[in-house]
Amino acid sequence: MARRVLMGNTAVAEAVRLAGVQVVTAYPITPQTVIVERIAEMVERGELKARYIRVESEHSALALVYGAAAGGARAFTATSSHGLLYMYEMLWWVAGSRLPIVMAVVTRSIGPPWGLHSDHHDALTVRDTGWIIGFASSVQEAFDMTLQAFKISEDRRVMLPAMVALEGFTLSHTAEPVEMPDEKSVSEWLPPREPLPFKIEPGKAFAVGNTGPDEVTMELKWLAWRAMERSRFVIRETDLEYAKRFGLRSYGGLVEDVYAKGSDYVVVAMGAWCGDLKEAVEKLRGEGYRVGLLRIRYFRPFPWEELREVSQNAKAVLVIDRAVSIGHRGILGLEVSSAIGDRVPVKNVIAGIGGVDTGPEDFYSIVKTFIEEYESGSIEGWSIPEWYMPWMGVVSK
Amino acid sequence: MSLQRLALSRIRGTLPGNPACMGCPHNIGLKIVGRVLGERAVLVIPAGCSTIISGFWPREGFDLPILHVPFASAPAVAAGLRASHEASGVDSIVVVWSGDGAAADIGFATLSGAAVRNDDILVIVSDNEAYMNTGIQASGTTMWRALTTTTPVMGKTEERKDLALLMLMHRVPYVATASIAYPTDFAAKLEKAASIRGFRFIHLHSPCPPGWRFDSDKTVYVAKLAIETGAWILWEYSGGKLSINPVSRPYADKAKRKPLAEYLKLQGRFAHLREEDIKAIEEKIEANWRLLKELERIYSG
Ligand code: SF4
Repeated sequence: MARRVLMGNTAVAEAVRLAGVQVVTAYPITPQTVIVERIAEMVERGELKARYIRVESEHSALALVYGAAAGGARAFTATSSHGLLYMYEMLWWVAGSRLPIVMAVVTRSIGPPWGLHSDHHDALTVRDTGWIIGFASSVQEAFDMTLQAFKISEDRRVMLPAMVALEGFTLSHTAEPVEMPDEKSVSEWLPPREPLPFKIEPGKAFAVGNTGPDEVTMELKWLAWRAMERSRFVIRETDLEYAKRFGLRSYGGLVEDVYAKGSDYVVVAMGAWCGDLKEAVEKLRGEGYRVGLLRIRYFRPFPWEELREVSQNAKAVLVIDRAVSIGHRGILGLEVSSAIGDRVPVKNVIAGIGGVDTGPEDFYSIVKTFIEEYESGSIEGWSIPEWYMPWMGVVSK
Repeated sequence: MSLQRLALSRIRGTLPGNPACMGCPHNIGLKIVGRVLGERAVLVIPAGCSTIISGFWPREGFDLPILHVPFASAPAVAAGLRASHEASGVDSIVVVWSGDGAAADIGFATLSGAAVRNDDILVIVSDNEAYMNTGIQASGTTMWRALTTTTPVMGKTEERKDLALLMLMHRVPYVATASIAYPTDFAAKLEKAASIRGFRFIHLHSPCPPGWRFDSDKTVYVAKLAIETGAWILWEYSGGKLSINPVSRPYADKAKRKPLAEYLKLQGRFAHLREEDIKAIEEKIEANWRLLKELERIYSG
């Protein structure tokens, strides 16, 4: 075990090194760039025995790791924002082929206008593709989640690509101390990849991705769906096993529960700002409010069971969203209400779009308002989302 | 490789009864690819006619390993596949078997990227000069003035890009043109390409009966006429030397070429052309020859 001070991006690069990745490729985009710069350096210095291939676009980056995985290699790429959108077609192809691949997505808003700061729109476009989607909330977690992503993605019960989202700048460029297991113990836990579910190599007349009856298309979709369902168990199991093996902490599987279970009011959110949100929740608890936070760690598979359990006796749930589906609610808000909206009112607040700074005081006021509204009887059933924009007079409905 | 050896190969490339149109040039080309590269080859196929020809599951149209991939992605996928084979010590020739749409248009950046990196792959573009699989729409390599479903009256009025020369300008180790009508020439080029490491490119001329509107028993005949009228030129670049191949060499002399009209009149896609249109195309072909002869002089080894 080693303790080092790392930025989110370098922590991801360290996880990639420890995972013994064989093929790495990426196209530069801020704020992801440092990950691949660091990996390029590791490869050139001989710290990582991998092929580092400089591609001409993100579409090709994912295409290239797809080819590498189809040939049996452990492969990694990283991107952000428009780069992720440029990959979009390949995201589906990779997941549909059931190839294990790990990708880091350093979240960043989508233009116009051009912006560098984080929200969750980019990562959440991946929602329906068949990728496992994790959201880290600290540098340590970005490291752990990346390393675990290889294990989960390559598990025979899963065989789906996995994405690790980490907030641009807030995590990617912020240094924190990180506990890292050593190379030897990682390689015992994560041996070289077995070339599953298939390997394209000479002498085996075998086609992947060719045309077929519509029933096959549907069946494959169903199989991927089932694998994603199974991944819930694999994620929980990996979280526990990793913690036990390396003496690190278990996060709680698909979610992290911060006083949520048993509280009257449950706040649901994901990503790096949960640190500030936690601070606000703690302050409110100190003032006697029975409120807790349920942090979503994995957006796919979506933790509906955990949500239902935690909200069982709650009076109301508040979802703070960093992405909106224009024409409907916030994206996380939609997901949460589809899981529990039948039993408890779900209020949805949209904040922090385009990287707008949302700190502990903002969260304090958002959560307190929510509780007061509920207690005064103004939150029932369905409601349109609220936009938290203090510079426009706090809230625009 | 002799025709006899091609005929005797265990790997056959294409299998009988696959769903290609009658007289399909891809079937001819792939038959040669499979037989020459045989046990070492794996194919990466972007969307196009070959997606269909390769067979409807659970049937197989080709007896080779195939990875089907999205339209614009093939050279990058192939580079990754080859890198993984290198990592695990697998001896392979990763072949991108692509149409003109995937290579020259939508996937041109991907192709260019792989060339610049000198990725260890062989890209073969079987060029039928339009988007045939979607129903004959004009592409970047469609012949001047050819009728397609998106150039239905005037014929294609845009320019035509010379893909092989573009690849030559990427300074890769091997570039050649070939024709499905000259199997031994194509086979020799495949063998040569297989002996080289790095990025190799072969631009294969592939006349398509329904797309060009000629009878399906005339594919080879039309391909041959393209050579004999000088409309398609066989050349090869390797080891710093570019040479116009013996098959095409005589047609460097304009007087030796058959009249272009003989090639064009067989194809319904040129039925609307007047004499002056044919003249204009002839001039473009002559300009091509001048350029190629000049390149042969420059790249004389
Ligand atoms: S349209 Fe042309 S290239 Fe396509 S399968 Fe038919 S003959 Fe072959």
